[in-house]
Amino acid sequence: MSQPSVSKSMTIGESGLAAVFAVTAFLCVIAAAKAVDAPFAFHASLGAVASLAAVFAIINRYLNRPAALPPQEINGQPNYNLGPIKFASFMAMFWGIAGFTVGLLIASQLAWPWLNFDLPWTNFGRMRPLHTSAVIFAFGGNVLLATSLYVVQKTCRARLAGELAPWFVVLGYNFFIVIAGTGYLLGVTQGKEYAEPEWYSDLWLTIVWVMYLLVFLVTVIKRKEPHIYVANWFFFAFIVTIAVLHLGNNPTLPVSFFGSKSYIVWGGVQDAMVQWWYGHNAVGFFLTAGFLAIMYYFVPKRAERPVYSYRLSIVHFWALIFLYIWAGPHHLHYTALPDWTQTLGMTFSIMLWMPSWGGMINGLMTLSGAWDKLRTDPVLRMLVVSVAFYGMSTFEGPMMSIKVVNSLSHYTDWTIGHVHSGALGWVGFVSFGALYCLVPWAWNRKGLYSLKLVNWHFWIATLGIVLYISAMWVSGILQGLMWRAYTSLGFLEYSFIETVEAMHPFYIIRAAGGALFLIGALIMAYNLWMTVRVGEAEVQAPVALQPAE
Amino acid sequence: MKAILTVHNLASDIVTTIWTPLFVGIFLAIVAYAFWPRNKAAFDEAASLPLREE
Repeated sequence: MSQPSVSKSMTIGESGLAAVFAVTAFLCVIAAAKAVDAPFAFHASLGAVASLAAVFAIINRYLNRPAALPPQEINGQPNYNLGPIKFASFMAMFWGIAGFTVGLLIASQLAWPWLNFDLPWTNFGRMRPLHTSAVIFAFGGNVLLATSLYVVQKTCRARLAGELAPWFVVLGYNFFIVIAGTGYLLGVTQGKEYAEPEWYSDLWLTIVWVMYLLVFLVTVIKRKEPHIYVANWFFFAFIVTIAVLHLGNNPTLPVSFFGSKSYIVWGGVQDAMVQWWYGHNAVGFFLTAGFLAIMYYFVPKRAERPVYSYRLSIVHFWALIFLYIWAGPHHLHYTALPDWTQTLGMTFSIMLWMPSWGGMINGLMTLSGAWDKLRTDPVLRMLVVSVAFYGMSTFEGPMMSIKVVNSLSHYTDWTIGHVHSGALGWVGFVSFGALYCLVPWAWNRKGLYSLKLVNWHFWIATLGIVLYISAMWVSGILQGLMWRAYTSLGFLEYSFIETVEAMHPFYIIRAAGGALFLIGALIMAYNLWMTVRVGEAEVQAPVALQPAE
Repeated sequence: MKAILTVHNLASDIVTTIWTPLFVGIFLAIVAYAFWPRNKAAFDEAASLPLREE
């Protein structure tokens, strides 16, 4: 706090952002007062409280900081900004456990319906989007924030752009999650899968996302490393495409500017097509491109081997970008969508086999010369098994997009099984592996608290995934076959309730698999917590010990 | 309405004529760039970029 050479004054960012939040707090109070429905009043009040807290935090931070801003470099080494990364890592673990728990609850609700408790807030219809958003956007989103902001700094050898901006991104994103999640419980939804948040949450997310794009882009622009590493390309594609998808799928007109309900401008089948253009590319660019970026950084780093083929990674990247964007219509086979559009979606989905497997091979072969590490390092094993699951689910996906296969699989549990082999096996495991690496690095620890616990996590979660996906395969194919079974007289052989009854045992097995996956995550949370609390500090040059602002 | 149809026709003309060859061409150029023998050394070096940081 004593650097007399520089006179201390607020930066434009500090004073400007404090002023913007003060105005926002005022507007939120007015919105709360004039609200036409209770959830909107609640969300406007949350907005007012959060904005005031932001004003307080910005001023308090200013008063407590030294006059000079943190230097870009210390002794010629980049002065990495790790604070927002630590926050996002913590939130990822928090939301992960919350999301897996809600998933276990809704899986149990399907097996034992009394668990709906006959209350609107705990009804399956409201809990299901809470689960999907919590695991995809809250858990996955925070993992992507933490890893992208870490990887871009390390591979560019530059400190993160902005001082308040990265904090605005991570805090603003988590505030969006709170608004979206509480909204679902209160019945606020657009009714669009994976795009349920209403217009005001969408607007807020747009602001946060543009800031995320700027932080990432400006960090790349001021890089010291001439080459832009492939992981940054994948992260950049993820950020840009999610922005475009979000804007394309959410142009809505609110019924009132003081109410939560809005209507989409797209009509009928166009709305369905735009929704699944969005929906499938959320899979392609959020759950694939973003996590492939994690693969391209954390697998080589953990295996201490270079990327198997950097040339393949370039082709992998562009093939994925060129193809994924057209695959969405396979979600609308045998609907009112024109037939040629369905065929187009199917064709591009099948072509996606090639880049997906090219990427998988690149990830796996990065271990050449280091395969023995799989025996001793459970974190690397987790990363590698995630890539294997990526290969498996990207084989299954194109197969299910073929129209004759889809006529059996669509609307059945097979879809749920497919999604979870990708979500638990690929996204879940690659995220766990990345967090197991990132937490000791960000908190400057020698290593994890316990590799033995990682081993337990790995096997318990793997067993959970196997139970989950095999139960859903059997259940889904059984369900599809029962739906299309005819008697010799041409009548449907089974009533709907008979198919539900037949699925009951598989629902119990699935819930058991989900429980194991949750137990694994709890072990992980304990392990990471102990790593931060009691882990041995790594002795390094003072540069890494600089407290992150 | 007429103006909209004209724009629509222009857009659909582009999509149905030059779009596919254009993007196939761009993609082939990227593949050629990736596998161009002279670029090999630079890419091999980039492959170990995560391992070189302090």
